[in-house]
Amino acid sequence: MAVVETRKLTKVFKEGELGAVNDVNLETREGEFLVFLGPSGSGKTTLLRMIAGLEVPTAGEIRIGGKVVNHLTPRERGIAMVFQSYALYPHLSVYNNIAFPLKAQKVPKQTHRQKVEWAAGLLGIGHLLNRKPRELSGGERQRVALARAIVREPSVFLLDEPLSNLDAKLRASAREELESFHKRVGTTTVYVTHDQIEAMAMGDRVMVLHKGYVRQLGTPREVYDTPADTFVATFLGSPPMNLMENGDYVVGFRPEHLLPIELAPNPAIKFRLKVKNTEYLGAEWILYGTVVGGKFEGKEVISRLGSAASFEADQMYDFGVREPDLHFFERQSEKRTQPKVLAWQ
Amino acid sequence: MAVTPPPQDHDGTAVKVPWHRTPENRAVLLGIGMFTPAVLFIVALIGVPFIMAFVYAFTDVKVGSIESHFVGLENFRSILQSPSFKKALGNSFIFTIISQVLVIVGSTILSTALKDRFRGRGFVRFLVLLPWVAPISLGAIGWKWILDSLYSVINWVLVALHFYKPYSAPMWLGEPHLAMASVILVHTWRLLPFSTVIMLAGLTAIPKDIPEAAEVDGAGFWRTLFQITIPMMLPIIMVAVLFGIIFTFTDMTVVYVLTAGGPYDSTQVLPSLAFFTGILAGDLSQGAAISLFLVPIMVAVTYVMLRLAYKSEVA
Repeated sequence: MAVVETRKLTKVFKEGELGAVNDVNLETREGEFLVFLGPSGSGKTTLLRMIAGLEVPTAGEIRIGGKVVNHLTPRERGIAMVFQSYALYPHLSVYNNIAFPLKAQKVPKQTHRQKVEWAAGLLGIGHLLNRKPRELSGGERQRVALARAIVREPSVFLLDEPLSNLDAKLRASAREELESFHKRVGTTTVYVTHDQIEAMAMGDRVMVLHKGYVRQLGTPREVYDTPADTFVATFLGSPPMNLMENGDYVVGFRPEHLLPIELAPNPAIKFRLKVKNTEYLGAEWILYGTVVGGKFEGKEVISRLGSAASFEADQMYDFGVREPDLHFFERQSEKRTQPKVLAWQ
Repeated sequence: MAVTPPPQDHDGTAVKVPWHRTPENRAVLLGIGMFTPAVLFIVALIGVPFIMAFVYAFTDVKVGSIESHFVGLENFRSILQSPSFKKALGNSFIFTIISQVLVIVGSTILSTALKDRFRGRGFVRFLVLLPWVAPISLGAIGWKWILDSLYSVINWVLVALHFYKPYSAPMWLGEPHLAMASVILVHTWRLLPFSTVIMLAGLTAIPKDIPEAAEVDGAGFWRTLFQITIPMMLPIIMVAVLFGIIFTFTDMTVVYVLTAGGPYDSTQVLPSLAFFTGILAGDLSQGAAISLFLVPIMVAVTYVMLRLAYKSEVA
């Protein structure tokens, strides 16, 4: 039931300027974990805030559970939101922080303790109920924020970069916890992040945003394996996809598909590369090279290899990309197109 | 700090540096230089008069007398028996407490209203600040005219609206309760901007996320105000209150200009009574004794203020 829909949703902050969000059409699926992914300034947070009711849309419609909610206040929308800063109430104990939505929504008083304990138990913070937020670690604060969001059993969860304030190690475990939490609770969740690893790992579907436009909406596999345009192609994946202009087309291939020639069976496109530099990253190597000879002389490319121990800087090697691993985009529109037969030499 | 080796001459013997040129001593001298004006200022304008008041309170000195005698606690005994003093002491508390309550309520409303952007906010902020930046006497004289028994604009309006017949309109400064109310209101008007600015600073220090989280959590305006915003501003509200108490308890400008303590001492407060007794009536020793009564009260208030400032810093 609790499906979030937007129709041609637009937000323009200053008249005459480009919109922060432009004509976004979106429909979540029941119980899904949907991720808004984009660089900063892509409009992902503005979009989330419009769904929450904290920002008034310039145009378009928002529906939750089939009902238009544009004119409703946040409290009437039945949503819960976790802020990037967690926005815990600093003067209230953890218990009162979690109980606040219950009080505000006038839930019968005698059920408060039981509900708070249920939410706190779900997140493993039952022993912290008497503490103040300033006495908690970053990870504990994040869980309190989640408990406060879950306690009144909202129909939709909105999460605005909830992991970005945690350190790298904690972030990985918090990510996993959040995933299993979502599986247990099963509430439709919209999650905003600029971190592609979070997006790929957690999202049932990922919506890639750029300058307020939706560039692609699909499963993590779809957005990575068949990017809809050159922006998605280069934004996802690290190091980014190699792009080469070839006639009316831009052809791309991922670094992990640019391999020494003996590992790239035919049909393959061949390049002779002069190695500039290699980086050892433990599980993999990143090789930076320049194309030598032919149409793409001087073009810099990146390859990602299981081992590059045998490559030496300033030496030439033959590399290749299997034809099925090529991505084709129209040069004008930058949109994905069917594979073409092009001249390569 | 790194230890600098003593400067040496070409042949390796230490050079004699004048005492005041070594780095450590230069810092000490600079510190003394920066500090002295403030110390002189405080000693000359606060310390000396305070000690003089303390000494005078135990003598029978009068304005113009060339000699004085030690009289012990005679001055205190005398003022404690004076009905004017009792009245002024009570009035001081009424004046301070009521005006502070009004100031805090008013400045909470004003700061909440002025926090968000709207067209003309800068101008409204300027208007709100005006009573504070305008000279006290000028504002008070303006109010004296507004509340005057003959030329009062308020009365003119009330008469024009047929609430009162001409010449029977209230004498704002001439009837004891009305006079007290007038003095309190004018003082509140004067202190409101200061308190509002402090509260605005406190409000803007609350991250935007927190009231938004409260909104998403389902809290309406009043719940957010009373359960989130005001509790979070409490330390800064305390600071505003305590400054307000000091500014009110020790102030006599409004009383002096509007009513001169009248009618029948009904608006007399301790500072004005001390001034009238000690300076205008010439009984310096009694005036000093009256003003000394302010000291223990102010010490207590200052102690609480410093405690709270410390606590909110630690928290």
